[in-house]
Amino acid sequence: MTTWEIVVGLEIHAQLATRSKIFSASSTAFGAAPNSQASAVDIALPGVLPVLNKAAVEYAIRFGLAVGADIPPRSVFARKNYFYPDLPKGYQISQMDDPIVQGGRVTIVTEQGDKQVRLTRAHLEEDAGKSLHGDYPGTTGIDLNRAGTPLLEIVSEPELRGAAEAVAYARTVHGLVTWLGICDGNMQEGSFRCDANVSVRPMGSETFGTRCEIKNLNSFRFLERAILFEAQRQIELLEDGGRVRQETRLYDADRDETRTMRSKEDAFDYRYFPDPDLLPVVVDDAWKAKIAASMPELPQAMRARWVEQYGLSAYDAGILTSNRVMAEYFEALVQVVGGTGAAKLCANWMMGELLAALNRYELPFSANPVTVDRLAQLIQRVQDGTLSGKLGKTVFDALWQNEGEVDAIIEARGLRQVSDSTALAVVLDEVLAAFPTQVADYRAGKEKMLGFLMGQAMKLSGGRANPQQLNDMLLKKLQS
Amino acid sequence: MSLDFQDVRRIAKLARVAVSEQDTHMYQHRINGVLALVAQMQAIDTQGVAPMAHALDVVQSLREDVVTETDLHKKFQAIAPQVAGDLYLVPQVIEHDD
Repeated sequence: MTTWEIVVGLEIHAQLATRSKIFSASSTAFGAAPNSQASAVDIALPGVLPVLNKAAVEYAIRFGLAVGADIPPRSVFARKNYFYPDLPKGYQISQMDDPIVQGGRVTIVTEQGDKQVRLTRAHLEEDAGKSLHGDYPGTTGIDLNRAGTPLLEIVSEPELRGAAEAVAYARTVHGLVTWLGICDGNMQEGSFRCDANVSVRPMGSETFGTRCEIKNLNSFRFLERAILFEAQRQIELLEDGGRVRQETRLYDADRDETRTMRSKEDAFDYRYFPDPDLLPVVVDDAWKAKIAASMPELPQAMRARWVEQYGLSAYDAGILTSNRVMAEYFEALVQVVGGTGAAKLCANWMMGELLAALNRYELPFSANPVTVDRLAQLIQRVQDGTLSGKLGKTVFDALWQNEGEVDAIIEARGLRQVSDSTALAVVLDEVLAAFPTQVADYRAGKEKMLGFLMGQAMKLSGGRANPQQLNDMLLKKLQS
Repeated sequence: MSLDFQDVRRIAKLARVAVSEQDTHMYQHRINGVLALVAQMQAIDTQGVAPMAHALDVVQSLREDVVTETDLHKKFQAIAPQVAGDLYLVPQVIEHDD
């Protein structure tokens, strides 16, 4: 049987976080009343001209610098022609031959290690309006508030292998554009959406299979599911002796399947040409240098620093720098906890408890309910022996449920770790008296009875006994 | 390069322009006349000359990122053929099968 390799390239549309639109001075704020933010330029009244937003260009340059891309001295806007009611001009202003960002690479963290993914390009373009179907029978409603919102379309080479890598890449790009402050990353509002080019080929093959493009995936989960479904569909087709047809497909999340939107044969012919309304955009070295100087420490650099300065593993540091809010949280946490070894302890709590809980509830890091100060206090209570690691997890769950301050939770729930040897001796004596057979067995050489007796003693202490101390005392008592 | 009858029909369709059969022949003749002129220009040696993206040798001026537009949708929609709930209404969109 053939082993198949899944090949994926992604086109990501990141909505740039400018206040005004790319070619007009209308607001880009989300959720306004229909058409209240659509100016004469956005609705394409005759005689209007586009005027380019400096911030949109600057954001594109920021991205280009962050991925080590080439930013050519001149880039050109082109018209992409097609007819659709939510595109009032009859063309979208985009870039074709001379995009503003060319090449570059993104490092993704996988469990097999780091992987460099090359970018083809990233170009500026305007978004279209929204078509609303179904509200008024026989007609389609058009809201042009979104028309003219600046987008950066980021195109990767087909270097991603499988759905997991594609998701890791998309998450990394999402982390980067939000890190740079050029995109709010809100996927529900459509600020970050992906098109996936998917093909399959026999493992080891050098040539690419025929690809299908899946449009408009607006969550990481849908991206993963759509790729898995589409790859399986292509594999089954090929194994049955069929042929993959190059086409554009849509992912239906309710049915978890992709289906044909349009085939290559009737693909649009966009007839790109340079837009005569716009002049070439010139980016000189001085401007690039100024933007570079204003950039925050990038995730890659921060990651290397944490490995060096804090002794974190490259994997842990990679995960913790995948998002700026999370990275800042981590650095603040290490500061508050303080002392040697704090960073590793903080990383363990964040990776083990906090991220696990966020994943379980499918929440973004920004929705994290546990404040830096509270988590820091919890870590300190484990450090100073007030809490065992296990009880610490109980307190974490209470913090997650927003039950208040750490010390108050410890008191209210009686979770304070018992390290008082008199109290522990009482517990142990009771256990040894209750299980004489097991004690005799242990003394006769059945060492696994130790675990049983420990378990009983821990249970009797309500899980609060200091485990190390309890273990040491039990051994002593059994040897006497 | 020259266009045949079918090419012209296809271009008309992409541009959503209804062109009669008779006019198609006329446009084919005229467009091919323009293409012949382009072919003549292509005889010029342009080795080492950077392609020009615009007829004016000036660069794009940029606008600061400031919102100055106000909500004028009432005025714009006064001349729209059909409006409801602040939306422009258009005949129902069905994926065209061309």
